[in-house]
Amino acid sequence: MNRHAIAAIYRFEMARTFRTLMQSIASPVLQTTLYFVVFGAAIGARMGEVDGVSYGAFIIPGLIMLSLLSESIGNASFGIYLPKWSGTLYQVLSAPVSWIEVVIGYVGAAASKSILLGLLILATARLFVPYEIAHPLWMIAFLVLTAVSFSLFGFILGLWADNFEQLQVVPLMVVTPLTFLGGAFYSISMLPPVWQTITLFNPVVYLVSGFRWSFYGISDVNVVVSLAAIVGFLAACLLLVWWIFRTGWRLRP
Amino acid sequence: MIPDDDVILDIQGLGKRYRDGLVALRGVDLSIRRGEIFALLGPNGAGKTTLISVVCGLVNASAGTVRVDGFDIVRDFRQTRARIGLVPQELAVDAFETVRATVAFSRGLMGRPPDPGHVERVLRQLSLWDKRDAQVRTLSGGMKRRVLIAKALAHEPSLLFLDEPTAGVDVELRHDMWAMVRGLRERGTTVVLTTHYIEEAEEMADRIGVMRRGELVVVEETASLMRRLGSRQLTVVMQSPLPALPPALADLPLSLSEDGSTLTYSFDAQAQSSGIADLLRRLAGQGIDVRDLHTSETSLEDIFVGLVREAAA
Ligand SMILES: Nc1ncnc2c1ncn2[C@@H]1O[C@H](COP(=O)(O)OP(=O)(O)OP(=O)(O)O)[C@@H](O)[C@H]1O
Ligand SMILES: [Mg+2]
Repeated sequence: MNRHAIAAIYRFEMARTFRTLMQSIASPVLQTTLYFVVFGAAIGARMGEVDGVSYGAFIIPGLIMLSLLSESIGNASFGIYLPKWSGTLYQVLSAPVSWIEVVIGYVGAAASKSILLGLLILATARLFVPYEIAHPLWMIAFLVLTAVSFSLFGFILGLWADNFEQLQVVPLMVVTPLTFLGGAFYSISMLPPVWQTITLFNPVVYLVSGFRWSFYGISDVNVVVSLAAIVGFLAACLLLVWWIFRTGWRLRP
Repeated sequence: MIPDDDVILDIQGLGKRYRDGLVALRGVDLSIRRGEIFALLGPNGAGKTTLISVVCGLVNASAGTVRVDGFDIVRDFRQTRARIGLVPQELAVDAFETVRATVAFSRGLMGRPPDPGHVERVLRQLSLWDKRDAQVRTLSGGMKRRVLIAKALAHEPSLLFLDEPTAGVDVELRHDMWAMVRGLRERGTTVVLTTHYIEEAEEMADRIGVMRRGELVVVEETASLMRRLGSRQLTVVMQSPLPALPPALADLPLSLSEDGSTLTYSFDAQAQSSGIADLLRRLAGQGIDVRDLHTSETSLEDIFVGLVREAAA
């Protein structure tokens, strides 16, 4: 294991984050704050409780997941796409590192950033709505697992993309709809029965449900199923990255 | 044969076919001695960059084996890559990093612990110390190339690849670069460089390899290759065209142009006598009036053509 290389990549990526502090941290926090104001305070005041939790508090886990997903994918995909596009990836490809070091460096940095962001949003939410966290350790576990697996997904996306358009299209066309329809703003039980069944094919439902469970002990699907879904997704992504580096797909002609 | 422990890079039967079917390397065999400077020449598309890329791990080979310091580049890639420094042909830089940070990054990536002292030495050696805190994007093209060299030297490699280090570089920087490479050699670093300038190869290299269409057609000591290739041409423009070469001049290395208006005479620039004086006397003796004369050196392209013909013969 080449730990100097991991440290170099990780520091390089974190430096990039802090150089662009406004886009990286401030703007997602601002965006989520707007959601709280509009959905939590303005609309939520007119809504009743969902499963015994005030609407404002109910949407917090979902909103955090929303940012976590899009930021993890965005950071990680951009982080690896940029050197591929500018040609500087030759350094990493000719370095004495295996896929493990590359992934720990890039994905670790992207996930760290998302986790930091998630915690910041959680703290910001406190300014608007009071909430309790029933299972703090599980909350952290879900946060970390989600950040890591979706950063890994973003990393794959960045390796795959041949141009900036492709880089944007998956988050925009696939991930955003899935997260909006993933139960961030409502409980699945509020939907008509047919839609309840269809929704179960949306992987984001499991994330949001599990994360919400760690806050309020309420969930749409069994928390064990949620956990299994994330771990399964993580394993699939790891397998794919391993394959990419083994075959040199899109990396080594 | 060179003794094994004197060989830092050993390439055998290396072949590369790109996915689109293009064959860029055809069975290349090459041994580089520890501590030498080796220049790889060849026209565009000959396969120089591909060869270097395979050794550095950027391109997967289709056939053959490569060993660096006795280690296989596939099985023992950690050992081989840690020993290699690469300055790529394309200027690809981390635009927003500072010079110092980007060089320190390379050192870490290659698996070495941080050493600000070494980074400083490398930057000073390449006249980049004054620019250490500047963002790379603010530097000129020549400076960016030096940054790439600094990055390649950051982990103290024993084998350095310079892919066209002097392309688009001014005369002064070119001479600095030559001096730097000689300095590296004095410290025991082996250098493999590619270039399109024969003078550069002549100036720097201990040995020269010439590639053409994926094959290494010649590998030879610089001095002997230069002697062999040091031919020049004298072009003689005549007052009136000749229908044919007069038989009396048939013993000379002369050729007549198609329209009969110019004669081309080949001679060895390094030889004792060029034979030009004798040629002119004999032309006058044949009643041939000379209007103009000029000499030209064999161009790199001529050399390639000559070498390939020789290889085919
Ligand atoms: N990634 C690639 N995919 C397909 N073909 C490639 C690729 N890279 C290089 N080639 C082809 O392989 C051949 C050798 O290219 P290479 O870059 O090794 O030549 P070179 O000797 O370095 O040329 P130059 O002097 O122009 O730098 C060329 O025909 C080139 O078009
Ligand atoms: Mg080249």
